Amino acid sequence: MSLDPDAIRRVARLARIRVPEVDIPRLQADLNGILGWIEMLNEVDVDGVEPLAGGTTLALRLRADVVTDGGMPEAVLANAPDRAGEFFAVPKVVE
Amino acid sequence: MTYAIEGSTGPWEVVVGLEVHAQVISKSKLFSGAATAFGAEPNAQVSFVDAAFPGMLPVPNAECVAQAVRTGLGLNAKINLVSRFDRKNYFYADLPSGYQISQYEKPIVGSGAIEIELADGSTKSIGVTRLHLEQDAGKSLHDQDPTKSYIDLNRAGVALMEIVSEPDIHSPDEAGAYVRKLRSIMRYLGTCDGNMEEGSLRADVNVSVRKPGEAFRTRCEIKNVNSVRFVMQAVEAEATRQIEVWESGGTVRQETRLFDSARGTTRPMRSKEDAHDYRYFPDPDLPPLVLDKAWVNELGKKLPELPDAKRARFMAEHGLSAYDAAVLVAERANADFFEATAHRRDAKQAANWITGDLFATLNRTGRTIEQSPVSAENLGKLLDLIADDTISGKIAKDVFAVMAETGEAPDAIVEARGWRQVKDSGAIDAAVAAIVAANPDKVAEYRGGKEKMFGFFVGQVMKAMAGKGNPALVNEAVRRHLSP
Repeated sequence: MSLDPDAIRRVARLARIRVPEVDIPRLQADLNGILGWIEMLNEVDVDGVEPLAGGTTLALRLRADVVTDGGMPEAVLANAPDRAGEFFAVPKVVE
Repeated sequence: MTYAIEGSTGPWEVVVGLEVHAQVISKSKLFSGAATAFGAEPNAQVSFVDAAFPGMLPVPNAECVAQAVRTGLGLNAKINLVSRFDRKNYFYADLPSGYQISQYEKPIVGSGAIEIELADGSTKSIGVTRLHLEQDAGKSLHDQDPTKSYIDLNRAGVALMEIVSEPDIHSPDEAGAYVRKLRSIMRYLGTCDGNMEEGSLRADVNVSVRKPGEAFRTRCEIKNVNSVRFVMQAVEAEATRQIEVWESGGTVRQETRLFDSARGTTRPMRSKEDAHDYRYFPDPDLPPLVLDKAWVNELGKKLPELPDAKRARFMAEHGLSAYDAAVLVAERANADFFEATAHRRDAKQAANWITGDLFATLNRTGRTIEQSPVSAENLGKLLDLIADDTISGKIAKDVFAVMAETGEAPDAIVEARGWRQVKDSGAIDAAVAAIVAANPDKVAEYRGGKEKMFGFFVGQVMKAMAGKGNPALVNEAVRRHLSP
């Protein structure tokens, strides 16, 4: 598998990272190098092995349905670049 | 009878699949301990997990998982004992983490089916593809400022069940019946309050059209439709639009659209081309969700009687018609009210009073059955007063009107107003004799063969007795006095 310049632009756009055109060849080389390295995993024979999504075989722990959190709008808003009263304020999103 | 839309090139079938997003009833959120109550101050019910502060870890709420399982059981669906949470990646201002935790490849509930009832009394089974748990996003307000959108994260992280139907729905009526039935089942189960005004139930409507016998054509998805009526209107408007596109030689493009309820039309959503590239992958913060079979069985044993079973029982046990039974079971509160009223009484009569006078009163005054001024106990007492001949069916209507107005008990109303039925044959005889004596010309007409006059005498006697004469006794006395 290898990434062409369009794929690089697309991945960057999906991640909302601005990538100048001049950086694309370098990124393409870097990312393809990483992908090539990861592709070594394809050499492992996984026939009959259940796909594993995480690093452990533990099942999920659940918590009780109790309100234990919240009630701290100031703390939640403390890092907001902009706010209006108790709301976060962001550049207008139009739909 | 198959629904079809007549185009210029002949009839078109409509194919609809629904994705219903139902807010789970729980005290706290799916992955955090913040509260879920509606109507709190902005950002007052937000934890650092919901606001996606770095390093915060999600821990699932056992009750939300149980609610999804209960709903799955109520939809006659397969419960998957192993399921998994995935990240659905997209950018939006009310989604602080940049991904929604959802279930993609392995949902908690697999395929099931529900029965819907149609206007002509027939039923139809609609397949449910799956149900999965996911987080709701925050709420954006776009109309508060000319250049800014305001974000409230109170709803961010609240548990939703997304329930996906098979494309088994073929008309606006079927789409409406499906949403109503789903809502009814979840309200019985207590897993979703179904309040569409508060956004607890929203539907994405997938619509395509085809010529009879054809395979599926391209579908469009109409997002976020928030009432049963709008779902029905959106199906019809979108199907009509697609037929026009096909018939004018065009091609329907797969896209996401919005329903404009003011205009009754759909329009394309102005979203970016990459909006559907969600790049799902298993959430590394959350190991697989493994359920204990015994725990699932235990939840199954505790499910309440659901609408279909209740309807069948009302028909078998109480002799109700399919229609009356369906009307009464649609809301659990109505069914409970009926059972309390009908207990050891004439069930058919109880059903008639509830679906007739009581529902009319509640509709007129904009009340729910929980706010009914007439309690089930008092309506039952009213039926008793009719059954033991204390009042006539006609006076009962007047008593009911006072009950609806004041909330008083029927026996007190009858006593206070002196509405007790007169069964004293002496008093009835006297009233009849007086009317007969006062109308010699009418008596002669009756005896001359004009039998219609009988009704005149009964009416006059009843009027003289302020409607309180026992109808059977009055009839009998009038006949006796008029016979030559």
